[in-house]
Amino acid sequence: MKVAATPDRRAAGRARPRRSHLGDWLRPLPYVLPSIAVIAFIFAYPLVRLARESTQQSYAGMTQDVGFSNYQFVLTDSDFVTAVTHNLLLLCICVPVLIALSVIFAILMHETVRGRRVYQVILFLPYVLAIPVVSVLFDYLLQLNGGLNTILRAVGLGVLAKDWLGSEAWALPSLMFVIIWKELGFGIMLFFARMLTLPAELWEAARVDGAGWWRLHWHVTLPQLRSIVEFYAVVEGITMLSWVFSYVYVISNGTGGPGTSTLVTELYVYKNAFGYGTNNLSIASAASAILFVGTVVIMFINFRVRRIELHASHA
Amino acid sequence: MQDVVASSRPAGRRRTLVIGPGTVVRQAILLLATAAAVLPLYVLVTAAFKTQNGYLASPLGLPIPATAAAFGEAFGNGFLRWLINSVAISFTSVLITLVLASLAAYAFSRLPFPGRGVTFTLLISLMVVPPIVMLIPLFELMSDLSLTNTYQAVIIIYAGLMLPFSIYLLTSFFNTVPRELLEAAAIDGAPHLRTLVTIIIPLATPALVTLGIVNLLWAWNELLIALVLLQDDSMKTLMVGITVFQSHYNLDIPVTMAGLLIATLPIVAIYLAGQRFFVQGLAAGAIKE
Repeated sequence: MKVAATPDRRAAGRARPRRSHLGDWLRPLPYVLPSIAVIAFIFAYPLVRLARESTQQSYAGMTQDVGFSNYQFVLTDSDFVTAVTHNLLLLCICVPVLIALSVIFAILMHETVRGRRVYQVILFLPYVLAIPVVSVLFDYLLQLNGGLNTILRAVGLGVLAKDWLGSEAWALPSLMFVIIWKELGFGIMLFFARMLTLPAELWEAARVDGAGWWRLHWHVTLPQLRSIVEFYAVVEGITMLSWVFSYVYVISNGTGGPGTSTLVTELYVYKNAFGYGTNNLSIASAASAILFVGTVVIMFINFRVRRIELHASHA
Repeated sequence: MQDVVASSRPAGRRRTLVIGPGTVVRQAILLLATAAAVLPLYVLVTAAFKTQNGYLASPLGLPIPATAAAFGEAFGNGFLRWLINSVAISFTSVLITLVLASLAAYAFSRLPFPGRGVTFTLLISLMVVPPIVMLIPLFELMSDLSLTNTYQAVIIIYAGLMLPFSIYLLTSFFNTVPRELLEAAAIDGAPHLRTLVTIIIPLATPALVTLGIVNLLWAWNELLIALVLLQDDSMKTLMVGITVFQSHYNLDIPVTMAGLLIATLPIVAIYLAGQRFFVQGLAAGAIKE
């Protein structure tokens, strides 16, 4: 029968570190082992296999070791460079826009009493929808003769009716628009929820001083939201780098946009592994490995930066 | 939810905001945002209830008379099967995840063991690894095990992907359970499993519900894994189905929209029902950051 070991500590009464014994080690096993088993199966084994296969090539059933030539190929492949560039563009454009818009809308919602509930539900709705659903919907709406252009032409703004998804110039911006449309709700809710926990006096003092809207929120609200904005930035940042497959695949019909205008790293891997006419699992493996290393590096940097900030704020 | 509204008028007068862009401007901007959020959904819902001709005649009008013919055609073209697949796979994987994560979180929270901290950190750092990285080896593994086109393969992969975040969340939550409650149970000689089930789980119900909904959302909406592992038409999930569907039924808008609705409504319904948990859960989880 399992019994908690508190009596020991109580009886001892002195500050002595508990020596670990077999019971300590065995007791958690049935609780932790199932999870660890599943995680090892899904993460550990594939990573090991990935590392191995990315240094190999297979021809007609034979595999041979080719060292780093797969990596070399990927890193010098213009498609890969394009893909990474697009991920970075998504990161550098979508994330700031998302933050700015969510903060503004959250503030506006917070300051509005009438209809707040309705706004809450509706503005969060896009985030709840499935990415493939949203992508198919917008794939239709953004066609040359789709919903958006129909409306534009109907109100006489036909000159603005571009080939949103079919032209190389507009495909990536259209993709960004769809991503922002969907991800915005998350930020709005996050910041709004946080603001609800802040006391009203916070703003009242500044208002009494006669601060204008922009100054008020820049100096009072934003500092309070800082940690949660950082959280949101990190989450959305990671999303832009490696969680946008569904958006791109559906909107570009698996191609990566007209030409390569909406190609992203995930799609690069997918196309190389499962695309028509290619079955280059080794190239795709190398690209996956590069992506993994990139993710780890970025997380590490992020972790370090936060540590530094934490220390700085205590100084 | 309090009304956080500044009041600088004497009590008894209606509270209004004194400064700012003004209520009109504020409402206008919010309405604009709402319209942008709602318009695509409006098209989605209304188109699904029209006939193709009715749609072409009036893309933005209300569906009068409304017809459910598009739904019938969608169901008849695979959506029923895909719906069943999505439900089976999502619910099973979420259930497994919740059980496994609860057990593990209990250990990480209440059972000190050597290496606990390191294991925990390692486990939850896996949260940020994008599935695309594991995609190819997993596909090969499942092929080797002849598990492609099966529920099991996708279920276990989903569970694996959802576990790190779930363990992280539940451990944080379990850590907030007051020690006294647990020590009382320990003194009574209660075995750990009983403590977990009778004390911690009931307290953790809001967290579990939130986690369940968040995970369900993720699993239901997942595309990449399902796309690669479920190639048989009869095994596809809704998400894979609609992706494939749109290229076949490109021209029949109502049927496509009906299909999208079928793929969306269950989750939206769950969201609207569990909405309170959602906002609370997000706020609670994020405020810890």
